[in-house]
Amino acid sequence: MIEIKNIAKMFGDRQVLAGVDGEFQPGETSLVIGGSGTGKSVLLKCMIGLVTPDEGEVLYDGRNFLTADENTRKAIRREMGVLFQGSALFDSKNVFDNVRFPLDMLTQMSEDEKVERAHASLQRVGLENAEQRMPSEISGGMKKRVGIARAIVMNPKYLFCDEPNSGLDPLTSIKIDQLIKEITDEYKITTVVITHDMNSMMEIGEKIMFLYEGHKLWEGNSDSLPHSDVKELNEFIYANKLLRELERK
Amino acid sequence: MTITVWHLVLPLTMVTLGRYFIFLGTLVRNRERLKVYLRLIMDECVDIGVNSVFIVAIVASFIGAVTCVQTAYNLDNPFVPRNIIAFIVRDSTILEFAPTISSIVLAGKVGSSIAGQLGTMRVTEQIDALEVMGINSSSYLVLPKVIGAMLMFPLLTIMAAFLGILGGYLAGVFVGVISHEDFMTGLRFSYNPFGIKFALIKTEVFAFLIATISAYQGFNVSGGALEVGNASTNAVTASCISIIVADFVLTQLLLA
Repeated sequence: MIEIKNIAKMFGDRQVLAGVDGEFQPGETSLVIGGSGTGKSVLLKCMIGLVTPDEGEVLYDGRNFLTADENTRKAIRREMGVLFQGSALFDSKNVFDNVRFPLDMLTQMSEDEKVERAHASLQRVGLENAEQRMPSEISGGMKKRVGIARAIVMNPKYLFCDEPNSGLDPLTSIKIDQLIKEITDEYKITTVVITHDMNSMMEIGEKIMFLYEGHKLWEGNSDSLPHSDVKELNEFIYANKLLRELERK
Repeated sequence: MTITVWHLVLPLTMVTLGRYFIFLGTLVRNRERLKVYLRLIMDECVDIGVNSVFIVAIVASFIGAVTCVQTAYNLDNPFVPRNIIAFIVRDSTILEFAPTISSIVLAGKVGSSIAGQLGTMRVTEQIDALEVMGINSSSYLVLPKVIGAMLMFPLLTIMAAFLGILGGYLAGVFVGVISHEDFMTGLRFSYNPFGIKFALIKTEVFAFLIATISAYQGFNVSGGALEVGNASTNAVTASCISIIVADFVLTQLLLA
């Protein structure tokens, strides 16, 4: 389980996060939603240690990530898998080497074990035939899948996905969402997804947290999402004309 | 109190210098296993060294040639022996042109490449991906470049010195400003082997400065393609300035 307590962050005199709390359970896909500039990505970066919050705690199964010593932080980091918004694949390595990279750097596995694990991860995301291709030779959706394969190759306990649907067509978006959901269920991972994709919210949002101007304004699930009485949330989810029409009907 | 330019520039310079030294500290703290670096260093040696042979060879040969012809043009006094031309070509090539001009050329080629590569990795979150895995990204990405540069720059300088003198010889003899015998006499005249040591010491310092300054510029990019381009430009500018300042300081320390 991941717990965040009173996370606050300022950039200059701008308050980006103002006392955000939350709990993310294992085997559950939790979504953090909100408009652009509401602090979703900063919250994710605070959770994975890329940004240090001004206040608050991030607890991984009770271990405080922010105050932990270097070894504990390294141990927690090895239990994390992160899918970045742009996939963040290493340009100089092919698909297979990208997936194998964490195994090379962080484990003492034998060569055969590493190859087997990397193959299995790529197979899990359906990319066993693209192993030798370079990141520049594959589509955006495939890059996301390689990113997921790299994130799960170390058998993580915690999976973080930053805007996994950005830049993808609706059909590929659904496939990526389904893949994240399946992996979460299969490995009982604690998954946190940052998104503003309405389809993701309805499809995989077992738990949803809505951020607005750095504050958590609402928390619930995909069933309760359309019936919320929070004005800012309703404005956000019904910004789409099609959804507005459906709601009116 | 009157606020001068120095009141504004000095704190900024000190802050940048402080950050640069902190960055240097991160290169050697929490390093990865030695085995990880060996292959990376070999790759960097090829990238920085082997891929720079052509440009360094061309520049060094022509600078040697031009030095010879220009020196001959300026030494038209019949009381000055012609072999002095070769003496000047040798010393100016070994002491200055081979280490300094080659390093300035490499600051443009290698420095901009390092800054651009790291800057692109920063803005595409590849460096974040390394950090999240618990890898010391600065050490993993930058240390092999620094070691690669410090291994390869001296070899390039030796090559540049040889080709510079050869270029001077070919230009001098073929243009007819100096005979083969005069050139050889001048080349051997009053030779001090410390010149070679001095050139190599300078080159090591320049290699370190180019690799670390360019890496610092690239590593700290934030934004997008425009900022990556600016980082490359800043890397070359800052490297060139640091080279000429270090050149003066080292000359004062080692030759004065």
